[in-house]
Amino acid sequence: MNISDNSSPIAIHCESVSKNYKKIEALKNINFDVKRGEIFGIIGPDGAGKTTLFRILTTLILPDNGTATIDGFDVVASYKEIRKRVGYMPGRFSLYQDLTVEENLEFFATVFNTTIEENYELIKDIYIQIEPFKNRRAGKLSGGMKQKLALSCALIHKPSVLFLDEPTTGVDPVSRKEFWGMLQKLREQGITILVSTPYMDEASLCDRIALIQNGQFLRIDTPENIVGQFADILWAAKSDNMHKLLEDLRNDEQVKSSFAFGDSIHVTVENGQLTVDSLKKYLIERGHKNIEIQPIEPTIEDCFMELSNTQI
Amino acid sequence: MDTVIKVENLTKRFGDFTAVDNISFEVKRGEIFGFLGANGAGKTTAMRMLCGLSIPTEGKGTVAGYDIFRQPELVKKSIGYMSQKFSMYEDLKVWENLELFGGIYGMHDKEIKRKTDELMGRLNFEEERDQLVKSLPLGFKQKLAFSVSIFHHPQVVFLDEPTGGVDPITRRRFWEMIYDATASGITVFVTTHYMDEAEYCDRVSIMVDGRIEALDSPMNLKRTYNAKNMDEVFQQLARKSTRKAD
Repeated sequence: MNISDNSSPIAIHCESVSKNYKKIEALKNINFDVKRGEIFGIIGPDGAGKTTLFRILTTLILPDNGTATIDGFDVVASYKEIRKRVGYMPGRFSLYQDLTVEENLEFFATVFNTTIEENYELIKDIYIQIEPFKNRRAGKLSGGMKQKLALSCALIHKPSVLFLDEPTTGVDPVSRKEFWGMLQKLREQGITILVSTPYMDEASLCDRIALIQNGQFLRIDTPENIVGQFADILWAAKSDNMHKLLEDLRNDEQVKSSFAFGDSIHVTVENGQLTVDSLKKYLIERGHKNIEIQPIEPTIEDCFMELSNTQI
Repeated sequence: MDTVIKVENLTKRFGDFTAVDNISFEVKRGEIFGFLGANGAGKTTAMRMLCGLSIPTEGKGTVAGYDIFRQPELVKKSIGYMSQKFSMYEDLKVWENLELFGGIYGMHDKEIKRKTDELMGRLNFEEERDQLVKSLPLGFKQKLAFSVSIFHHPQVVFLDEPTGGVDPITRRRFWEMIYDATASGITVFVTTHYMDEAEYCDRVSIMVDGRIEALDSPMNLKRTYNAKNMDEVFQQLARKSTRKAD
């Protein structure tokens, strides 16, 4: 059986899903669909509810309310069917530390009633990078290699939907770029991917994203549309004294928010409130030199900050 | 300006493997020094040596005026440390954590009391003072962990990926706390995987395969590598890595 040949156009369907842990509302009324072949990103900080959502969708915990289906199968009623067809890479490294690289891979292949050889093509690009260490115990691998082995193990049964819970957390920018390159290749092979990340700059690598905070989706759309819907005017400001610049901007009542963004400060202003020239004049009066203020395109991080400011 | 950290030809080997390979640099008092590198480049090993937790194989080094070979215990007393895991006692209350860490660093009871009151007011933490640390939201824990790490007013504080996983606004508020700490004379030595945060440092070093490949202000690094931001600088340098381990 090749379970990737699935005709249903919706790979993940999630409707009004909620989950509480005692008094804490971990997920509040989550609704979304992931289309077949999409890379869908769940983007938000620690504690936002990302892992809870992944555990519900991979049938590891039950939702308190709502329903969800994977490839049309209900996560509660048909959990056995779902477990056969999904691959899951949890946030914490959960392979057998005392087994070697190759033994781990063989173990997962056997559990899913297949062999490494049968699906080798799928994992080849990733696995050849760790194959020189195939006799090393998994516990002795570096972070980057563990990540590649975990991905290989999650893929070895050729899943229809791949769940990756924070695969790049704590990983350096170069390895993160490499990892996303691997995901693009997997998508080309028809695998649907739900991936979570706290790194906002990874949003642009997804087809669609959901921004999540405090158990709620702030917005679901393509990264381009989310950026396009940024409601305010955004400027990047610089001067010779960046620390004082931040203070002075915060003291200007017409400025909605100002936060450091790399080598400049991003300033949001409500439409029609303030002009670049009048802000410049205000800053000159406060002794700033070499002032630069430029209108800029928002990043996903700007959008997240704006949405979380207004909604929570 | 005087020097708070000075290392010369510092090296650490584990068997055949040279984790830190002959690094030399200085950090000035009051500076924010960014310590960047890919996973496995040797950052943690170097940082452990600077904190007096690991004896170097070769080289020389002083931190806060003490020799890292001969006086590691005095080094430990003069520094603060905060890791991504925050390392506070979850089953103790907020004020109990402050009392415990203050006591460990040899602060007097009166001083602990005075500084606890002052800190709770400044952080707007009056209501959380009697709560267990485990009940606090992540952003609060992070602020508290940083405050604990500089509670005894160390000469230098080491921050190991202090902002991993927190939301973008909290992350920026945290950097504002770092600036306040430097204004009070504390030197900051910080590692991060967020390249926008590299821009907030006065100077940045980038480690590749155990060596320091570049060290300068963010502006000069961008100019030297003809890059529009620190991420591009990092990508150019870290790609030179030939270490197979990662």
